[in-house]
Order: sequence, then C-alpha cells, then structure tokens
Amino acid sequence: MELYLGIDIGSVSTNLVMLDPLGEPYLAPLYLRTQGQPIAALQRGLAIIRDQLGKGDLVCGVGTTGSARQLAGVLVGADVVKNEISAHAVAALRILPEARTVIEIGGQDSKIIILRDGIVVDFAMNTVCAAGTGSFLDQQAFRLNIPIDEFGALAGQACTPVRIAGRCTVFAESDMVHKQQMGHTLPDIVAGLCEAMVRNYLNNVGKSKDVAPPIVFQGGVAANQGMRAAFEKALQAEVVVPRYYNVMGAYGAALLARDQTQRRAGTGFRGWQVSTMPFQQRSFECKACPNACEVIEIKQEREVLARWGDRCGRWGVTGAEADQAVQQH
Amino acid sequence: MKITYPHMGNLYIAIRALLLKLGLDPVLPPPTSRKTALLGVRHAPEFACFPLKLNLGNFLEAREMGADTVLMGGGIGPCRFGYYAEVQREILADLGVSMEMVVLEPPSGDWVTFKTRTRSLVGDCSWWQVLKAIRFAWYKARAVDALESKLLYLRPRLCEPLQLEAIYREALRRVDMAENRRGLDLAVSDFLKDTRGLPGKSGDLLRVGLVGEIFTVLDPYANYDIERHLGLLGVEVTRSIFLSEWINEHLFGGLFHVGGLDHLKEAASPYLNAFVGGHGRETVGATVHFARQGYDGVVQVAPFTCMPEIVAHSVLPAVTRDHGIPTLSFYLDEQSGVAGIVTRLEAFVDLLEARRKKRLKEGV
Repeated sequence: MELYLGIDIGSVSTNLVMLDPLGEPYLAPLYLRTQGQPIAALQRGLAIIRDQLGKGDLVCGVGTTGSARQLAGVLVGADVVKNEISAHAVAALRILPEARTVIEIGGQDSKIIILRDGIVVDFAMNTVCAAGTGSFLDQQAFRLNIPIDEFGALAGQACTPVRIAGRCTVFAESDMVHKQQMGHTLPDIVAGLCEAMVRNYLNNVGKSKDVAPPIVFQGGVAANQGMRAAFEKALQAEVVVPRYYNVMGAYGAALLARDQTQRRAGTGFRGWQVSTMPFQQRSFECKACPNACEVIEIKQEREVLARWGDRCGRWGVTGAEADQAVQQH
Repeated sequence: MKITYPHMGNLYIAIRALLLKLGLDPVLPPPTSRKTALLGVRHAPEFACFPLKLNLGNFLEAREMGADTVLMGGGIGPCRFGYYAEVQREILADLGVSMEMVVLEPPSGDWVTFKTRTRSLVGDCSWWQVLKAIRFAWYKARAVDALESKLLYLRPRLCEPLQLEAIYREALRRVDMAENRRGLDLAVSDFLKDTRGLPGKSGDLLRVGLVGEIFTVLDPYANYDIERHLGLLGVEVTRSIFLSEWINEHLFGGLFHVGGLDHLKEAASPYLNAFVGGHGRETVGATVHFARQGYDGVVQVAPFTCMPEIVAHSVLPAVTRDHGIPTLSFYLDEQSGVAGIVTRLEAFVDLLEARRKKRLKEGV
C-alpha cells in the first residue's frame, strides 16, 4: 500500500505516524522518548516501523515537524518540513473540522491555536516560563511518589481542590508542600495543581486570545484527565481529547506530506537504511567574524549532509567547496 | 579623548562620520556578539532591558580597545531608556572602569544646555563645522537607509538572497568608508546597479510590517535577525521606522524636515491617545497604517519588560479586530536558541498565506 510517514521530534518525545492514502493511521502510532538523542530516537522508531511493514508497502511521502524537524528532515529526506504549530492545526482540523481552539501541552512547551472556518487565525506559544508543561507535572508526580499515568485519575477523586499559586513552578511547589503539611488530602492537592496549571496556561499562553468551543486538547499532557477536567471547569465548555492525542504533530506532518506528494509526484525519502546508517554530528564556533555563530554539521560517513546555524550562509553549502572550508578552519 | 558609542544596527556608520568630521577620535566597539551580551548580562540588573545590557557590553569591549569616553543617547518620558546613561555610568564606576559619559539628549526647547553640552564635546570646532558634520552624518544615515530598504525589498524576490547579502555588505562598507557625498552616492548607485541583473522569482509576495521598540527593530543582533528570517521565507518586510528618522528625532532635535512620525501618532487614535513612552503609540499607529496599506500582517518586537510596548501590545487585539490585520509579538532578551522564534515566524507566515488564499477564494 502507498503510505505516508509523519515524524515529530520534540524535546521529550519522538513520534512516528504512518498513514494510508485516505489519511487514516495504518500502523499503531509510535511514541518514544527522545532522551536528548534525536538521531538515535529517530533511528529506533524507523527500525520498529520497518519491521512491521508488509511486502507491498511503500513510503510515498515523508513529513517532519517538532523542534528537530530540520535535522530529521535532512536524515530521512523529507518532502515537507513544517513548524509544529501548523502541523498540530492540520491534525486537529482532520479530527474535528469545526474546531475553533486547539490547546496543546507537550513536554517543554505549550501552545494555543485559534481556528476560524478551518484556518489558523491566531496562535501563541509559551515564552519565558515553562510552568504548566508536562515536565513540571512529571516532576511533581515524582515528588509526590505517584506514577504519572495515575496522576489524572487521582485528581478525579478530589472533593475540594486546594488553591495553589500557578504563576511560577517555584511558588507552586512551595504552596503544595504547605498544603500537604496542613493535612489536605492528596487528591485535593493534585486537583488543585491541575487547576493552577490551567490558570497559568490561560493567563500566559491564552492571554488575550479568543478561546471559543469546540476545543481540542492534545499533546502528552492531554492524557491527564485531571487537566482535562480543570480546562472544562475553567472554560465552561466541553474539551475534546482526540484518540491519537499524543502524536498529533506527527499525524499532521504525515497529512501534509500526503497532500504535498499527491500534488507533486515523487518522494525524497532516503529509504529504511536510514535506521542503521551511522551519522556523525558535531558543532563548532565559526571564527570568520565576531558573530561567532555556532555551526552544526551532520555527516554520513565522510559526506556532509547539512550544516546550519550560521548567519551569513558561509557554511550553508555542501559538497567539495564546504569540505575545503572545514579543513581550513 | 578616545570616544566610543553603542551599536544599534548600522547606526555606527553615521555616528562615526559625525565624530570624524568633528575632529574626534572614535573607537568603534566590535560588532555586538555573544561575548558582548555575556559581558552586559553579567554586569547589568537582571530586569533591565536587553538594549541596556548590550550597550554595557559594547562599552566594556570598547574600553579594552582604549576608549575613555562614552557617547550615549538620552531621552524623555516614561521609557527607562532616558535613565540608562546614568545607570550605565554607575555600573561602570562600580566596576572600577573610569569612562567619561557624554549624554546626547533631544534639546526639547532648552537650547542653552544643549549648546553648552555640545560645545564641551566638540572643543574648538566652529559651529559651521559642527553643522557640516551633522549634515554629512545625516547623508550617511540616509544612504544606509536606502541600502537597507532595498535589501528588504529584494531579499524575498531573488533566487540567491545570499549573493544579495554579500553585495549589500560590500556596499555598506563603502558607505562607511566614504569621505564625501560623491562617494556615498556612488556606493548607493553601484549597489542598485549590481543588484539589478540578479535572477528573480515570480509570484505574489506576502508583506509584513515590522513595528516596535526602536532598538530591537533596528538591531539584528537584538531581534535575532527577524527581518532576515522573514525575507528568506519569502516575505517582504517594511519597517515602521528607519535609522535616519530616529537620528533626526532623537539626536538632531528634528533639524531635518523628513517624513516624521506624526502621522503614526495620529493613526494610533482612537486606540491609544496618550504618549506612553518610547514608541508605544507609534507601534499602534504603524499597525493601523500597515493595515490601511493592505499589508498581510504585522510583527511587533520589544525588549522583555519594555513598558511602552507592553501597553501597545495590549491595544493591538483591538486593531486586529477592527482592521483584520494579524499581529505577532516577540519579547526579546538574552537567549541563544532561535528555534522558538523561527517556529513562530514560520507558523505566522503559514497563517498569512492561508488567510490570503481564503480571501482570494471568497473574492474579497
């Protein structure tokens, strides 16, 4: 079958989704931990998918997204390299075409996307503060000694959620410790934490945005029923969590790859051997001018696949000319 | 007296010309780099804005090159910038770095003080020479503006934008080196000639207006090359304010009659009728102005904690609602990862494209 691959490499997770020509998931989507090694995570994911494919299966398009989209795009030979905001919007609209708000909370960032009549009209990402993202929830679950997957269910048992300052994780944590010592129950504290995070999100990321239903909630944190309930309470509206909530970026990238390659035939996919190829990456500081750009170089054996990070374009070339420049460096 | 001054985009070219013509000995700090930012961040108060930190880094780097005097801009109104020269003087003193601080402020009516201060700086130059120096610096600023606006216009239109940038850098160097008006005119006309034959792309371009706090609008280090990122994404960027306009308003007290910023102040009404410091009102006015001219979107840039721009930012949703122009705001501070900025710019461009397509379909 003709298949379309979407890859989303973020700070916390690396996700891969395979779609059939109708845009439905073909294999079970993969959700892997990036663990600070995007190339290794990507190769692991590709190997898992390769082993599940049948004889007639053929990849006809690849799209990448996430903070390592450029890197992933070079390694696999992507047809589409798309920012995660657009990719998430595409996926949400596929699930719920009449959606008007997308809340996405991932490992280290959170975003809001405002949609009207099927197009993005406004968006925002968290900037100066990582409070209210998955990493903070992880950390607090660990501190309270609750497995993260039970966190949300626990919040559901709360009778009177406690009030916790959500402005900053440092204050939130000291508030939580205080409430614990006062004798509040764990479910009340956990539910209070969810509400604090939702307040923080709406005040920071959702600030001055026109949040209207239907609302889609996606990203890893959408697994947390406590967070979903807190959003529904704060927004006074139903919040929809799609079935593949934690791989929506990859889903969107695959949909975009499908649209792109169906319009323009032919894929740049470099094949499954990518999963076993040795890649070398290194970074260096360019000394040609005082800007001192940090240049990143990706090599496959001796061949330079790509370089980026420079402002002037000096390193942006590949091939013999650039190799020479590197040797002189 | 070895005199230095902070970088702000290509401002150094005009100021160097001014000082040289006054018979002074300017020391240009190295271009703002990560090292500059590091120095500034280490010694500045954490919640001071990014320009103060970069200025301070510039001064310290210039000090290593032998500078003993700093020429710094001042200002009036609620923006903290007006007080920066004093804060910087104190910080330098605390560090045991002895540098004289000369503050250039708009005369705002008090010509006597302005005259004495200028006199102390220029020594025994005649007023005629001072005027001539100011006029030459002005021409340099205009030449720089001509190059920059052409660069912004051409970058999204050419197949090889990197080649264009190389030609631009060379033209800028020639403007900097020029010793008379003929040299300036030649540098600009050669730039226009050299870029004319370059292969171009066809198609309808998106147009975005860049508004916000002046330092972050003009300085590519401070704004992480936002203009360039947008240009390479195929977007034509227009600035709400150019260097020469700022110089005229802030340093020369409106001496030259060029299109000032008054029309932007008017356009800000009824959204923001008061002077809120810095260029807050002009940010709102420019957004309205760009919307009226049919631009696709507006990007606002400001240093983190910039009060005038925060006021403007909170007014912009009303402008978007009435004029249907999308806006995207960035608060900038020391940060080495540009990924977040690029992601937002890409998404913004996607948004603008989708909007345009939809409008075409609906025949608006």
